[in-house]
Amino acid sequence: MEDKAQIHEAIKVQGELVRKLKSEKANKEQIDEEVAKLLELKAQLGGDDGKHQFVLKTAKGTRDYNPRQMAIREKVFNTIIGCFKRHGAETIDTPVFELKETLTGKYGEDSKLIYDLKDQGGELLSLRYDLTVPFARYLAMNKITNIKRYHIAKVYRRDNPAMTRGRYREFYQCDFDIAGQYDAMIPDAECLKIVHEILSELELGDFCIKVNDRRILDGMFAVCGVPIDKFRTICSTVDKLDKMAWADVKKEMVNEKGLSEEVADQIGEYVSMQGGMDLAERLLQDQKLSQSKQACAGLSDIKLLFSYLQLLQVTDKVVFDLSLARGLDYYTGVIYEAVLTQTGVGLGSTEAQQEAHAEDSVSVGSVAGGGRYDGLVGMFDPKGRKVPCVGVSIGIERIFSIMEQKAEASAEKVRTTEVQVMVVSAQKNLLQERLKLVSDLWNGGVKAEMMYKKNPKLLSQLQHCEEAGIPLVAILGEQELKDGVVKLRVVSTREEFDICRADLLAEIRRRTSEA
Amino acid sequence: MLGLTTRFSFLALCVLQIDEEVAKLLELKAQLGGDDGKHQFVLKTAKGTRDYNPRQMAIREKVFNTIIGCFKRHGAETIDTPVFELKETLTGKYGEDSKLIYDLKDQGGELLSLRYDLTVPFARYLAMNKITNIKRYHIAKVYRRDNPAMTRGRYREFYQCDFDIAGQYDAMIPDAECLKIVHEILSELELGDFCIKVNDRRILDGMFAVCGVPIDKFRTICSTVDKLDKVRLSQQEAHAEDSVSVGSVAGGGRYDGLVGMFDPKGRKVPCVGVSIGIERIFSIMEQKAEASAEKVRTTEVQVMVVSAQKNLLQERLKLVSDLWNGGVKAEMMYKKNPKLLSQLQHCEEAGIPLVAILGEQELKDGVVKLRVVSTREEVNAL
Repeated sequence: MEDKAQIHEAIKVQGELVRKLKSEKANKEQIDEEVAKLLELKAQLGGDDGKHQFVLKTAKGTRDYNPRQMAIREKVFNTIIGCFKRHGAETIDTPVFELKETLTGKYGEDSKLIYDLKDQGGELLSLRYDLTVPFARYLAMNKITNIKRYHIAKVYRRDNPAMTRGRYREFYQCDFDIAGQYDAMIPDAECLKIVHEILSELELGDFCIKVNDRRILDGMFAVCGVPIDKFRTICSTVDKLDKMAWADVKKEMVNEKGLSEEVADQIGEYVSMQGGMDLAERLLQDQKLSQSKQACAGLSDIKLLFSYLQLLQVTDKVVFDLSLARGLDYYTGVIYEAVLTQTGVGLGSTEAQQEAHAEDSVSVGSVAGGGRYDGLVGMFDPKGRKVPCVGVSIGIERIFSIMEQKAEASAEKVRTTEVQVMVVSAQKNLLQERLKLVSDLWNGGVKAEMMYKKNPKLLSQLQHCEEAGIPLVAILGEQELKDGVVKLRVVSTREEFDICRADLLAEIRRRTSEA
Repeated sequence: MLGLTTRFSFLALCVLQIDEEVAKLLELKAQLGGDDGKHQFVLKTAKGTRDYNPRQMAIREKVFNTIIGCFKRHGAETIDTPVFELKETLTGKYGEDSKLIYDLKDQGGELLSLRYDLTVPFARYLAMNKITNIKRYHIAKVYRRDNPAMTRGRYREFYQCDFDIAGQYDAMIPDAECLKIVHEILSELELGDFCIKVNDRRILDGMFAVCGVPIDKFRTICSTVDKLDKVRLSQQEAHAEDSVSVGSVAGGGRYDGLVGMFDPKGRKVPCVGVSIGIERIFSIMEQKAEASAEKVRTTEVQVMVVSAQKNLLQERLKLVSDLWNGGVKAEMMYKKNPKLLSQLQHCEEAGIPLVAILGEQELKDGVVKLRVVSTREEVNAL
C-alpha cells in the first residue's frame, strides 16, 4: 500500500502542475503531455479491470488531423495537384517502408534519423525518409528513362524535438520531378514555372524564388582558394546566410572551418551578389570567376534558364542569388528555393519545416526548394545507367500552417462537410417522410443529411445547420405534406419558399449551382 | 467471379515470382567485383508491398473519387491519424492477430507499432478529444505481417476505407444509412450485381444459446459458422478483424464497446460503421481496364504544343505559358527542335485530344493550327 500512497502523492503533484500550465496558457503539446502523465498515474490506481492502463497520446512528433485541418489540407492539395496536372504530370505511390539497404548510404549524417522496423525475423525494413530515394529506386527497378511525376506522401524522420522545436517526425512531402535526357534547362524552367503558379494560386503573399547552380558555387570556391576537401563544409556554412549575417558566417568560415580571412572575404564579395540574366552575363566576364570552366558552364545555363523564364513570364519573382547553397550533396546543377517575403505572417513554432528536396536544411520563410540531380538514379541501376533528374519539393507543412493561421484570423468559417441541404421535421412523427426525402436527394446527387432522431426539435436541427454552415433546409411539416410542398429555407437570409415536392430537386440544384 | 480472381491471382503470382527471382540474380551479380560498392543491393520493394504505377494511380483516383463523393454526399467529415501508434494503444485489441502487428525497433524512445486498422486509431481519437458525436470517413493504408505462404496474394500494406457514425442516436437510423452508403457506392462503381447480407450478433448468440452451445464456445462456433461462404484467398477489407469471403467487397456493423475501452472514465460512445474493400475493388477495376478496349489515361493533358519546323522553341514556350496561365492543361517536348512526327506520336500514345501546331507560315499569318487527334481535322485558330 506504500506504492499507492506514493502514486496518490504523485497524482497530486502532477495535477497541480497541469493546473499551473493551463492557467499560464502554456503550449498545448506540453499541457497534453503532462495531462497524459496524470492520466497514467490515475490509471495505476486500483486498476479496475486493467482496461485503462495506458495513455491517450499520439506518438511523439506525430499528430492527428481533425476535420477542420483536413478541409484546409484538401484545398491546398487540390490547388497543388491541379497545377501538377495542368503540366501533364503523372503520379505514383510507393510503400511506406523500404528495405533498409535501399535507404542505407543515401543520407549521410542524417542516416541516424531513419526509423527502423524491429527485426521480426524477416527482411530488415526502414520507414522512408524522403520521396526522392524511393523515386530513384522506382525508376531503376522499372527501367524507366523518362517520366514527369508528382508524389505526395508522408515521410518519417526521428528528429530530436528538443533541438528543433515544432518539427514533426511524420510530415508530408510534395515532390514534382522530371526525369530524362532532354535539351538543357527546358524542364528546369518548367519546374520554376510550376513553383510560381502554385505559390501565386495559394495566395500566400509575396514570394521570391532564388536560383543558383552547384557548378557556380564550386567554381567560385575554387577560384577563391577554398581547398577542394572543404567545398561541402563551406557550402553548408554559406547556406546559413539566409539565417545569419555575413559577419557571423565569415566567423564560422574562419574560426570553425579554417579558411583564411582573405579567402572568406573573396567569397563574401560573390555571395552578396543578386540579379538576373545581367548578373550572369557580368560574371561570365568576371576575371577571376571566368577562369573556372565549371562556373562558366553554370553561368551559361543560368543565362539560358532566364531566357526561358522570360518566355514563361515568371522572371518577376526569380532572382539569381549567389548566396543560395542548399545543403544537399546530390545536386549537380541548378538549385532553387522559394521564400515568402512577407514577414510577420506569424510562422511561430512550425518554423522548421522539412519541405526541402530530400534533406536540405531550410530557412525560415522557405516554402519550396529543389534542383537538378543527375547522379542519383545511376546509384541504383545495376549497370550504373544515368537518368538525369530535376525537381522541386513543395513545403506543404509550412503551407498548411500558414493557411491554418489565415483561417483562424479570418472571419470566414471553414466548413468540414459539403452538405448542401438539411432535411428537417417541423413536428413529431415525420421520420418516414424525412428518410424518403433525404433518400431522393441522395439519389439525385444532392449532398444532404438529417438528424438520427425520430422526433428531433426544429430548433436543434436549425442550430445544426448554422453551426455546420449548411446553406439550405428542407422543412417537412404536416400542413405542407398535405399541400404536397416542402418548405425550402435559405439559412443565411432566413427566407422561406414553398416548393412543390416534384420540383424540389431541380430547385435545390439551381440554388446550389448558383452559389 | 471466382474464376477471374483465381486466374488474376495466379498471373499476379507469376509476375511476382519472376520479379523475385530476377532480383536474386541481380543481387548475385552485384556481389561480383563490387565496382565502387554502389550496386550492392537488390532493387525490390519489401515483401508484401508494391509500388503503384501511374496507370494504377489513375484507376485508384477514379475509385476514390466515387467513394469519397458518396461519403461527402452523406455529410461525412474526414480525419487522418499517424501511421504508427504507441505500441500500448494497439496492445490487447486484436486478440490472436496481435502477432501480425509490425513493431518499430526500440531506438531509445517510445515503443511504436504500425497501425493494424483504422478502427482502433478512431476509438483513440474519439476518447482523446472527448468526442461523443461524429460522422467520419478515413481512407489510409494499414499494415499486417501476414505470412504469404499461408494466404497467397495478401498484401502486407493495403488500403482500408472506413466510414463510421459515432454517437448516441435513435435505434437503427445511422445503421440504415451505412447500408444505404454501401448500396450507393457499389452501384456507382458498376462492379456488377451485388447483395448485402445482414445479421445481428444478438441473434447469433441467442441462437447458439437456444441450440445448446456452451457460452464459452460461442466465439469459436461463430467463426466456424462464418466459414459457410468462405474460400481463403485474399483481401483484408473487413471492418476491424473480420475475416472476409471471396466475393466480399464491404463489411461492417455496430460496435458499442470499443471507445469505452479507451476512455479513462469508461464513457461509452456507440459506433456503427462499414469498411469498403478497396483493394478488391482496385483489383476488379484494373482487370476491367485490362479487358476493355478503352485506354486508361495517366495524365489529363488537353493540348500538346508542337513545332512544325526548327527554331520555334521560343514560340512554343510562349504559347504553352499562355495556355497554362489560362488554366488549360498543356505540355510540350523538352527539345529545342523536335520532329513533328515524334510529337504527334506522343499525343496518340498519351491520349492527348488536341494539338496546337506552330509553323513559320502560320506565325506570319497570326494563326495557330489546331488539330483534333482523333479525327485528324485541322483548323486555323487565331
